Amino acid sequence: MSLINAAFTALKRDWRAGELRLIALATVLAVAALSSVGLFTDRVSRAIEAQATELLAADLVLESTNPITDDLLQRAQASGLDRTRSVSFRSMALAGERLELAEVKAVEAGYPLRGQLRTSSELFGAEQVATTVPGRGTVWVDARLMQALDINVGDTVKLGDIDFRLARIITYEPDRGGELFNIAPRVLINLADLNATGLIAPGSRAEFRLLLGGATEAIAAFREQVEADKSRGLKIQGIRDARPELRRALERAEQFLGLSVIVAVALCGLAIAMASRRFTLRHYDTCAMLRCLGASQRHITGLFTLQMLVLAALFSGLGAALGFLGQTGLTSLLQGMTARALPVPSAWPLLSAILAGIVAVTGFSLPQLWRLREVSPLRVLRRDLAPAPAASRIVFMAAIATLAFLTPWQSGNLKLTLYMFFGLLGTAAALAAGALTGIRVCARLRAGTGIAWRYGLANVARRAESSVAQVLAIGLGVTALLLLTLVRSDLLESWQDRLAPGTPNYFLINIQPDDVAALEGFLRERAATNTELYPMVRARLTQLNGRTLNPDDYTDARAKRLATREFNLSWASRLQDDNAIIAGSWWPKEPDGATYFSVEEEIGKDLGMALNDRLTYSVAGREITGTVRNIRSVDWDTFNVNFFVSANPGALDGLPATWITSFYLPSERRSMLIDVVRNFPSVTIIDVAALIEQVRAIMEQVSRTVEFVFGFTLLAGLVVLFATLQNTHDERRLEAAVLRSLGAGRGAILKSLAAEFLALGLIAGLLAALGATTISWLLARFVFDLPFALNGLLWLLGPLSCTLVVLGTGIAGTRHVLHVPPMVALRNA
Amino acid sequence: MNDAPGVIVQARQLGKQVASPGGTLTILADIDLTIAAGESVAIIGVSGSGKSTLLGLLAGLDLPTSGEVHLAGAALNSLDEDGRAAIRAGRVGFVFQSFQLLPGLTALENVMLPLELAGIEKAAELAAGRLAEVGLSERLHHYPRQLSGGEQQRVAIARAFACRPQILFADEPTGNLDQQTGAQIIELLFRLNREHAATLVLVTHDPAIADHCGRCLTLAAGRFTGEARRELD
Repeated sequence: MSLINAAFTALKRDWRAGELRLIALATVLAVAALSSVGLFTDRVSRAIEAQATELLAADLVLESTNPITDDLLQRAQASGLDRTRSVSFRSMALAGERLELAEVKAVEAGYPLRGQLRTSSELFGAEQVATTVPGRGTVWVDARLMQALDINVGDTVKLGDIDFRLARIITYEPDRGGELFNIAPRVLINLADLNATGLIAPGSRAEFRLLLGGATEAIAAFREQVEADKSRGLKIQGIRDARPELRRALERAEQFLGLSVIVAVALCGLAIAMASRRFTLRHYDTCAMLRCLGASQRHITGLFTLQMLVLAALFSGLGAALGFLGQTGLTSLLQGMTARALPVPSAWPLLSAILAGIVAVTGFSLPQLWRLREVSPLRVLRRDLAPAPAASRIVFMAAIATLAFLTPWQSGNLKLTLYMFFGLLGTAAALAAGALTGIRVCARLRAGTGIAWRYGLANVARRAESSVAQVLAIGLGVTALLLLTLVRSDLLESWQDRLAPGTPNYFLINIQPDDVAALEGFLRERAATNTELYPMVRARLTQLNGRTLNPDDYTDARAKRLATREFNLSWASRLQDDNAIIAGSWWPKEPDGATYFSVEEEIGKDLGMALNDRLTYSVAGREITGTVRNIRSVDWDTFNVNFFVSANPGALDGLPATWITSFYLPSERRSMLIDVVRNFPSVTIIDVAALIEQVRAIMEQVSRTVEFVFGFTLLAGLVVLFATLQNTHDERRLEAAVLRSLGAGRGAILKSLAAEFLALGLIAGLLAALGATTISWLLARFVFDLPFALNGLLWLLGPLSCTLVVLGTGIAGTRHVLHVPPMVALRNA
Repeated sequence: MNDAPGVIVQARQLGKQVASPGGTLTILADIDLTIAAGESVAIIGVSGSGKSTLLGLLAGLDLPTSGEVHLAGAALNSLDEDGRAAIRAGRVGFVFQSFQLLPGLTALENVMLPLELAGIEKAAELAAGRLAEVGLSERLHHYPRQLSGGEQQRVAIARAFACRPQILFADEPTGNLDQQTGAQIIELLFRLNREHAATLVLVTHDPAIADHCGRCLTLAAGRFTGEARRELD
């Protein structure tokens, strides 16, 4: 009990003396970063997990690209399951002169089987739980579509051939809840109206779903039955496998944010280690006296460990409270992107962040504090007796062990942790090496400079260790922010620039065979474009050289996906201009009755297709088998319509086909699109520019959340900067006094401080610019395959921002030396 | 107050008091002192007698609570800290007990400091010359940590004489050195002082060192208690 009292007393005393403030600040920051990200990801993932049934709007969903067969419906009925069908597809919604691409869902009575559909009768009006689905001839839409089309309840919305009356506004839709990124607004219609719209014809791109509900056993039995029958090509979604792609995306986001936080925690750890080194040095005398008075080594260790633990717990709590506020900020950054309100925060992320804070403080400070037990009581007589400082090897190992312990906690994935961990260490080592080089160069440069610069640069070089820490701490944060701001927009622009002028900006899909000739003429006349229409047939590759295709045979994720999904087959009589044959030859001029395929090289590689291989496709229940006659390369950047696999003319005759085309339409002719929808109601228009804009907007919001996290990194960098300044506090005081006694005025001392921090900031900024440039080159070259363009702004903004930050903080942290009385030089014998 | 010709330091009714938990503490009181240019004066006294405080006041490192100090013709009381620093630059040299070399600068750069602060040109050349005078031409580019205590104090002496100052203040210059090295340093200090014809004000507790000076003032409990003069060779 007495030890605890002593620890509290010591804590109070040291706090008043200002010895612990930086450790406290670093702890608060680390825990705030950990808890805000932890709370945020927890809320998002709970939003998805907690309502898995609701996400499906059913207990089991069978999904197909073909209409749900009556046979399947009857079997579901026989199993005693509740059932309802829905069909989802994209189509243009038209109101007056306004057009908008919408996600249409046709539903029938009973929808949703699980969860609630909520609507209101006016924009932002009171919500009501829907007990029915839209009546015949009416649509329910979400607020986004109303705004886009500028319509109100009672107005007319045209979908395909039918004019619908807008009846209600959708405020909440269960099976949309998990979609973090909603690309197009929602339109709900009655399934009975679907045929009349003429929007769905054989071959149209649509998702047909059968929603099922019932007792767990009945559902499981039915699922088994369907799974056994693979020929149907049904995608089965149960509660457990609801939205796997979303979960994966979320997991990645969680890991990425978690690991970004680790960078901030590592920097806070560095600050804690530095501050506790000073704390230890300043407690040698106290410990010597305590030992002299009979305190055991155990007492000393216990006293300081306990003091640190209490400090860690108190300030971790404060950090968690700030983190709670921080996560509200994070959530608001994503506003409008999440389709539903997030559940309230839970306590676990807060507790785990507090625990992590305590671990961090202990791991980074104890190796230093441990030296205090070695202080000899003889020091009271001989002040030069000091224990050997903590071996840097031990401090370093303890830091690594602490981070290694905290990292998997954040990422929850060992392999990723190791990659990230060593990547981080590597980056830090590279930055440190760069910093050291910069510091050496500075040391050389000082010979030719005046007194202020010489003294400032000499200080940078003399305190090389803390200079490296400062450069590292600030450089890391600024690198990350440069990447997120400049490099991100650079990459996007560089991609857009690559598109030649006149690159198609509109796609028309779902063109019905009967409309082909008329549409071709219409486009020639109205859009002044001589664009070609290409047929396409939805098909699934079932066999390769007679062997049934098994997704499990492929390790690559893309190949797995290609092996399971349907894709579009086309036919063509001639090779497209942006294609080139790289193996084999085009079809024979005279048809020889055989079926041939032309395969795009990348998909050929992924799926292991070679020249003369025999491919079997399943199209609407029929099997088509043919030989690979050539492999071709495709220039995808042209934005022309292109196909992975094409067949020779005649090979796909009699199969349900729709046509597709792309063309460039200058914005002043945009109104022509309304006539396209009027004359060819089943055609869907895809506006590429709008899609790019949506993707850009989403990227922006997501990167703002990441910027938020890297904001913590930058703050942590500042704390490190302060910690290093604090460690040099006594030295600086004495030196300033000596300089003053030699006749230096305040101005001269201020100039030398400015020179020191300018140099440090410049080195950090140049390294940050170098780091961001290197990473953007790597991204352009190896990830996005884009031409790399050097951004001069990086080299201006990087050094400028770092210099300002380091200069500002540095001067603020050392300005006290300007007021040191020169007598200190005499007193400090 | 007009300074008499040839007077470099004049102190009148100098007093220094500091606040302490037990009330006001008087460190110095009623100090009157005139030092002529070229004189060498030792201030001797036991620990806590106020020697270093007096030195600081005479050099303008600190301000008195009462009385006034004139240094090199300037009334220090009327100047702010930067003004006093400007008076010191180029005119005043210091030798400290713990050398007080700047650890980040080489021996040469340390000696260049006062030259540059006084705006004297060719600082590097002059500094190298001063280091040669103290026998350290081979150590120009060494850092303080690479030098012995005696060598560090030689650098400090070279720095003190760098600007050919009118007056040199030395605070226990041998306090951190062994006896033999201390004797060499004292010998060097006085030789240079003679060569440069500078005024020397030296604080020490060692009567043997004080014997080198033309005048010796004894300080006890913040007041002068004795003065001795001797003819120097």
